[in-house]
Amino acid sequence: MDFLGIISNHHNAFLAGATMTAVVSAVSIALGMVLGLWLAFGLISPNRLIRRASAVYRSAWRGTPILVQLLIVFYLLPEIGLDVPPVAAAIIALTMNTAAFQAEIFRGGLLTIPPGQVEAARMLGLGVLHIRVRILVPQMLRLVLPALVNETISILKNSSLISVIAVTELMRTSQQVVSVTYRPLETYMIAAVVYLAMNLVLARAGAWFERRQAPAAAR
Amino acid sequence: MDEKPVVLVEGLHKHFGAAHVLKGIDLAVDSSRVVCVIGPSGSGKSTLLRSMAFLDPYDEGRVFIEGRLLGYRETDGKRVRDSDRNIDSVRSVIGMVFQHYNLWPHKTALGNVTEALRVVRKLGRREAERIGVEMLAKVGVGDKAHDFPARLSGGQQQRTAIARALAMRPHVMYFDEPTSALDPELVGEVLQVMQELAGEGMTMVVVTHEMGFAAHVADEVVFMDGGEVIERGPPDDIFKRPRSGRLREFLDTWRSRTI
Ligand SMILES: Nc1ncnc2c1ncn2[C@@H]1O[C@H](COP(=O)(O)OP(=O)(O)OP(=O)(O)O)[C@@H](O)[C@H]1O
Ligand SMILES: [Mg+2]
Repeated sequence: MDFLGIISNHHNAFLAGATMTAVVSAVSIALGMVLGLWLAFGLISPNRLIRRASAVYRSAWRGTPILVQLLIVFYLLPEIGLDVPPVAAAIIALTMNTAAFQAEIFRGGLLTIPPGQVEAARMLGLGVLHIRVRILVPQMLRLVLPALVNETISILKNSSLISVIAVTELMRTSQQVVSVTYRPLETYMIAAVVYLAMNLVLARAGAWFERRQAPAAAR
Repeated sequence: MDEKPVVLVEGLHKHFGAAHVLKGIDLAVDSSRVVCVIGPSGSGKSTLLRSMAFLDPYDEGRVFIEGRLLGYRETDGKRVRDSDRNIDSVRSVIGMVFQHYNLWPHKTALGNVTEALRVVRKLGRREAERIGVEMLAKVGVGDKAHDFPARLSGGQQQRTAIARALAMRPHVMYFDEPTSALDPELVGEVLQVMQELAGEGMTMVVVTHEMGFAAHVADEVVFMDGGEVIERGPPDDIFKRPRSGRLREFLDTWRSRTI
């Protein structure tokens, strides 16, 4: 076992790979949140057509493997004339995937907010968009924070799949290191530790936010 | 003297699926008058009040607020649902207070009161806060301005909700059982605020189980049962000289419960 040797020779590659993993995941989660919010309101819309369409999207993206989604997006984009780099295809696929999961999380959160709060706002003349953005979403995000952290962790781990479309993130970096060191066990264990470290940071950050928010709700 | 009633309800019908919940309600509320609506649970009191605010769209009949039809547009006999903007405009003179306060828990008492002032009335922060503090003080929770609702008692929360509605300078206030969710010792402080409001000449429609309040403050009491108005009149007539069997029965049940 030669962990130190591998790390000292390839730490720059690992760092670059981990950065790519973190950036792709963060961007996908953030964009997925915007899309997921629209989708969540679609899922609870009084309009049946919007509700149906949102549910179809949600079910399609929740019900198929990420790897399949990734490859379809990767091969479909050039077909429809969009020549984007693999990393963009990766972000698009992960965003559309996490949007479905986040929408479901948000929907659950929104349903716990008493509808009377919206009625009171309507009677004061507040518009639908303002009610969503300033009254419903802030309360809902507090409620679903733990689930959102879980989803973020899950996307960070699943981002390892984008190595198959030649995005040089942590997983693909590890494969490249293996191809020169012939040390798969040590190399993948190092990768595992890096994934774990990133997720522990996420979990910690989530717990910190939750502690900070808890007194606000009960204040 | 304002001749036109502030709220005019004509032949109002409302169904929930197969259930016929309002069966032709007529009601006129003149300026500065207090109308209390009483009746057994499930008689349609809340549905009437909500229809009068178009929170529940009514099926048949009309609701006029200061002479303007609420909720629908009528063109050559046909009627279509009005735009949100027009509905907002017609009901901007209505202030509503709910049984469960419906404060926004992530905003302070002051934040609850200033939100619509800033967003709907487009006031600056300082002006909105000046009005907010004034309104909270008026209902006796001026010292709670910076507390979140969860830190307030039920009575304080309901008074904050009243302040929030009053801040928009409504011409008529609707109350749907404003004290029914309160511990008994907190009912008085809310009723007192409402009584003061009535004394200042506010036009009010109050759905309530507080017969004492109705007897003292109302100009007219409306007794509903089974989606219909069974009897209406000055409180003295309703409480001391009920004509219908159903009202007598209702009052007897209420008296036996409170003794
Ligand atoms: N959203 C709804 N969907 C279906 N039925 C409803 C709905 N709201 C009210 N109802 C029904 O309409 C009838 C009248 O209800 P409403 O809430 O107006 O009565 P209420 O007089 O306010 O009673 P309470 O004193 O208990 O508040 C009841 O039979 C109730 O079950
Ligand atoms: Mg009711």
